[in-house]
Amino acid sequence: MAEREERRFAQVSRESVALMAESAGVELGEEMAAVLAEDVCYRLREAAQSCSQFMKHAKRKKLTVEDFNRALRWSNVEAVCGYGAQDALPFRSGKEGELFFVEDREINLIELALATNIPKGCAETMVRVNVAYLDGKGGVELQGAVPTAVQSLSDDLLKYYQQITRAILGDDPHLMKVKSVSHDLEQLNRLLHMVRSLVQNPYLYLGSYVRSLVSSVMYCILEPLAASINPLNDHWTLRDYAALLLSNIFWTHGDLVSGLYHQILLSLQKVLSDPVRPLCSHYGAVVGLHALGWKAVEKVLFPHLPAYWANLQAVLDDYSVSNAQVKADGHKVYGAILVAVERLLKMKALSLSHPGEWCFNAQTGSLAAAGGYSSPGLSPPPQSLSEAAFGIASHLQAGSGGCPWEEWAPVSLPAMYLELYSFFGDSLAVRFSTGPGLDSPPYCPSALLREPKKEALGQGSNSDTARKMPQLTANLSISPRRDGSPRTDPPPPSLAAAGPGRSLPRSSSAQRSRYSSSRSAQRLTGLPRDVFPKARFASPQNGPPTFSFVIGGRQMGQRCQGRRPFQTVFAPTPPPAAVPPRAYAHKLPVIGRVGKPVRRWTCSHYSLLLPL
Amino acid sequence: MSIKVYLKKKKDNPPPLRNRTSRPGGGRASHTHTCHSENQSDLLILRSQFFSFFNLAHAQFILKMAAVQGGMVDEKEEVDIKTEPQSDGLMNTNATDGRQLSPSPSSSSSAGSSKSAAGAPEDQQTLLAVLQFLRKNKLTESVEILRREAGLPEDALDTKGADCSAPSSGGTAGGVDGLDAGSLLSRVAVSSSAGTPAPTKAVADDQPDVSVVLSAYSQQGDPALYKVYYSDLKKFIESVLDCHRAELSQVFYPLFVHMYLELVYNNHESEAKAFFEKFSGDQECYYEDDLRVLSSLTKKEHMRGNETLLDFRTSKFVLRISRDSYQLLKRHLQERQNNQIWNIIQEHLYIDIFDGMPRSKSQIDAMSGSLAGEAKREANKAKVYYGLLKEPEIEVPLDDEDEEAENEEGKPKKKKPKKDSMGSKSKKQDPNAPLQNRIPLPELKDSDKLDKIMYMKESTKRIRLGRENLPSICFYTFLNAYQGLTAVDFTDDSSLIAGGFADSTVRVWSVTPKKLRKVKSAADLNLIDKESDDVLERIMDEKTASESKILYGHSGPVYGISFSPDRNYLLSCSEDGTVRLWSLLTFTCLVGYKGHNYPVWDTQFSPYGYYFVSGGHDRVARLWATDHYQPLRIFAGHLADVTCTRFHPNSNYVVTGSSDRTIRLWDVLTGNCVRIFTGHKGPIHTLAFSPNGKFLASGATDGRVLLWDIGHGLMVSELKGHTDTVYALRFSRDGELLASGSMDNTVRLWDAAKAFDDLETDDFTAATGHIHLQDNSQELLLGTYMSKSTPVVHLHFTRRNLLLAAGSYAA
Repeated sequence: MAEREERRFAQVSRESVALMAESAGVELGEEMAAVLAEDVCYRLREAAQSCSQFMKHAKRKKLTVEDFNRALRWSNVEAVCGYGAQDALPFRSGKEGELFFVEDREINLIELALATNIPKGCAETMVRVNVAYLDGKGGVELQGAVPTAVQSLSDDLLKYYQQITRAILGDDPHLMKVKSVSHDLEQLNRLLHMVRSLVQNPYLYLGSYVRSLVSSVMYCILEPLAASINPLNDHWTLRDYAALLLSNIFWTHGDLVSGLYHQILLSLQKVLSDPVRPLCSHYGAVVGLHALGWKAVEKVLFPHLPAYWANLQAVLDDYSVSNAQVKADGHKVYGAILVAVERLLKMKALSLSHPGEWCFNAQTGSLAAAGGYSSPGLSPPPQSLSEAAFGIASHLQAGSGGCPWEEWAPVSLPAMYLELYSFFGDSLAVRFSTGPGLDSPPYCPSALLREPKKEALGQGSNSDTARKMPQLTANLSISPRRDGSPRTDPPPPSLAAAGPGRSLPRSSSAQRSRYSSSRSAQRLTGLPRDVFPKARFASPQNGPPTFSFVIGGRQMGQRCQGRRPFQTVFAPTPPPAAVPPRAYAHKLPVIGRVGKPVRRWTCSHYSLLLPL
Repeated sequence: MSIKVYLKKKKDNPPPLRNRTSRPGGGRASHTHTCHSENQSDLLILRSQFFSFFNLAHAQFILKMAAVQGGMVDEKEEVDIKTEPQSDGLMNTNATDGRQLSPSPSSSSSAGSSKSAAGAPEDQQTLLAVLQFLRKNKLTESVEILRREAGLPEDALDTKGADCSAPSSGGTAGGVDGLDAGSLLSRVAVSSSAGTPAPTKAVADDQPDVSVVLSAYSQQGDPALYKVYYSDLKKFIESVLDCHRAELSQVFYPLFVHMYLELVYNNHESEAKAFFEKFSGDQECYYEDDLRVLSSLTKKEHMRGNETLLDFRTSKFVLRISRDSYQLLKRHLQERQNNQIWNIIQEHLYIDIFDGMPRSKSQIDAMSGSLAGEAKREANKAKVYYGLLKEPEIEVPLDDEDEEAENEEGKPKKKKPKKDSMGSKSKKQDPNAPLQNRIPLPELKDSDKLDKIMYMKESTKRIRLGRENLPSICFYTFLNAYQGLTAVDFTDDSSLIAGGFADSTVRVWSVTPKKLRKVKSAADLNLIDKESDDVLERIMDEKTASESKILYGHSGPVYGISFSPDRNYLLSCSEDGTVRLWSLLTFTCLVGYKGHNYPVWDTQFSPYGYYFVSGGHDRVARLWATDHYQPLRIFAGHLADVTCTRFHPNSNYVVTGSSDRTIRLWDVLTGNCVRIFTGHKGPIHTLAFSPNGKFLASGATDGRVLLWDIGHGLMVSELKGHTDTVYALRFSRDGELLASGSMDNTVRLWDAAKAFDDLETDDFTAATGHIHLQDNSQELLLGTYMSKSTPVVHLHFTRRNLLLAAGSYAA
């Protein structure tokens, strides 16, 4: 019995009582001490029992010294002073090992009194309200409870998770899905920023979660958001930002998920090739490709452009009032393609002309470039070991996926330029004409997208590139344009050589081969017309030099005239267009925003880079 | 008067106010009829004395009394309250001559106090105490009669008087005075609260004691045989038929406790320990807490100050046993000559015998668990007017422009429902409703009428809740409260929220953008044009506008808080033993009500204002009126702290929950206890009436919520789910849902409508009080809503049925 009680209650032993009495100067008999000890024990228990009700009424789970003191006070016993602190008092053991005591350090009152750093009072008690549950819903998703996936996390990560969820969700207790907030640009923006900070956190290993991050970012890029119904909503910016983010993810975490790059490219291409999709989705696909690097543009957008162009052209051609909105969107897409293509050309030219320098650049600028030979800055690092390596890798990774770009072969720069020029005409040329300053934008994303911790490095590399820029652009401004421009009197031999060489490898892709053949055949204008009946192609039969010119079916001449003020550089090379079909005279300026080409450019610049 | 002395004395009296319904010692002694009537008349005098004191303070309630003691009534104190209605049994009793043998219910129950003077010495002591009290109150004639009757010598009183009062007070003469008077007072209140005409047996045992009854365990068997007795009975009960076993097993716990105490009392410490050791494991698990207290008690000296045990010994443990089972037990005990146990059963147990089928174990378990066993069936037989009062007819002005502006076609539509809803309420007089003027209620002020109109408007926009339509929940989190939040209340219109804190402060926040402003100073008020229409606006001092105000005044944690219905006042009660009334116009303390001399755990305003109820550690609940500094009623009867108090929606009743694990419903008019609900297994911490006044919900530390039918006095349902103390309960405005908030950081919603619909009230159940509860908690649970780390301290439904929850964040 005694043992059992000892287990159940704290005991004050007879010896302790005798000792205490001694210290008070009273000599106690053995028997007396025993009786007293027992009584003390009982009183202690009684006080312990009665103090619990103070705790209960204070609606606390923790018994405090204050509760005990209250119980003592109400039973007319002196309270125990000096232990009112809320914190637990740590017991320390003495040297003997059997003696435990509460450390009671002496406090220097003088220091305390003369201290200048008076502690601030604790924060004011206040009431905050939040809607915890709406219509009784949310019962499944318990507030504060973490989803099962997160439960296995360590404490630190859990805290991080809570911080993040709080930052994202704010007061909203429900975990939201991206789709559920597609009406709220603000929310989406917040989400993207959060993704960015997640991605940029160097201490966070995202692992396979990258995939889910990417998918939500892709959603923002590609999906026709509910918010885009209203033309006043600037969902374009959102898409741009998301695209930037996408490339950022690749830069930093692309190595975590194999084959992701190809998946992304596939899905982007799918969107691009789907004419049913709204233009804003197409826009997203283009900026997405653009953000993924010029190689992506080259691989997906460029071969796809002819087919898409017809589609876009049809939209731009429609002048009906009801189409106004769609047309505006079309211009957006047009601008995005232009920007993407422009960089493609520049980078390509650059990579051709200054492989060494680019190599250097890549090494300093791109963090992920493992070493050795690396591709130009904006290509995603994991695939950027080399073009050849990439090809192999894609084979390995995508395997039987049958990616159209598997058999992709680089198109020579002049050929590319020629073809592109056929679409864009001078608006393309203008972009190269404007000098070095304007060439920097393509680099900006790379600089901006680098991780913050690499910022300094990024800046350094940026200034590096900036320093080199004049040279590069000088090259640029000479080689591609001069080479590719149909206006340069002698089309470089490479052009002719590249033309047929190009069509061969691409013939595997049915669609593309059709167009390439149409392009090379120069006369199958009827075919696209069937597919895109609205596309009215002029059918001037031109000579070989105007080869791509015909394909485009554009009266470059008209456009050039419209842009004359900005084409001073090209003034000596008047368009060879001997056949200026009037039909498009008024149309093309619209496409290229002839009236304000510079602003057009700034606009695209704005639209691509502003989100940061 | 002596009572004043008592009321003003504070901590000098070590034990709290003793309120005991009965006194067990020597109950077997037969009473002569004369003695009976004598004592009764004496007590009647006491009672009139008691009420005459009340009269002084609260004339408006007991005007009738004035007939008897007219001279003492202070006419000035009849404030604006109307005279007492006629149907007041208690007052009628008092109106009769104190010497007469009055057969009125309340007096008959109090009459049981008589005791044979020729009894054991402890009886004599009690008698002496009574005599002493009588003498103090100058009732010499009664003293003479009583003494003659008891056969005591003239000087007995003088010599022994001091002795007998000694155990209860060790202080000054004033202390003795105060305590005696106080305990008698409460006893009188208790006896009057017993209410219904109890059967003679109960009456005979309703014995008050002045001296603390330490002599209750006088007869002493052989301590070594206690174990034998107990195990013999145990063997017998285990061998009886199954249907009787469950019923008879109820006897174990009270027997065990009493036998143990008897051993301890008679200084058989080692035997007591051995006895405890051997049989404590057999007891029901819900008595664990009591057993723990018991186990720490091994000395007679310790028993003296232990209130729990005192209660156990002085009140009879009530058991309900079918007649067959009882006969079995009786026969067995008589056959075996097991006098020890038989004596205990006779003295300390009240066996409520019923005819019919023995109850099952689950039926018994549902109702047991309280400190003093189940409620007697008779205790719940009194008629309770649980219906709602007729709403005053207020013409709802239809010229509310804003609404009409909103929907012009809504005009005809709007009129109809309003008329209907009002008509149904006002035309039909609820047969269960009390008379409109059963208790005097304050008249409606203009502002109250305006508020009523607002209320009606709001209620037309109320969301109809139900199983399919759950409410939204807003959580008010108190930040930086450092675990110091002890009480929360919302105003009915949800415009203000107040918190009581452990640091003795009361803080009031405005929930709406409207800030809290004080009234201007007197000098500034003089300058105001009192005729202007917006005078109410003008009196406010714009400079004092702030989101929250702090009220300083208490000197201990504030455990209870309540807004007045008109939002002009706030009540708070605290550990310092006071209830304070604060003005929300000046944000100052208006009154400190001192009466509970121990911590006050809870307080609440009447739904009609003016009255309020408080309950505390002194085991009584008190009814107050705001303009009286002393209580109008003292509701005594609980055997432990009164932990929570609530007003019935019709303001005619008050319900109290206690740590003796019972709930009592008190009639405000008579002060009688009209319902005792047992079934909780832990201290009750929250109560809530359904809006129609028919049902009651209670939550306790055992994490269960119980629903009660007030009219039938039955348990309706048991809602299990919470894992910790339930601190908050609230019915939705239409009574469809019950929300419960707990220490376990959850709010749960229960389908109250379904629980009440399922209730079967056939005659048998109503008559016997034996309920069959099916365990349908899961069915009734509509939702569990977690907060992050915030215990739910308070719940409130807005007038449109939005659920507000409050608590302080516990990191």
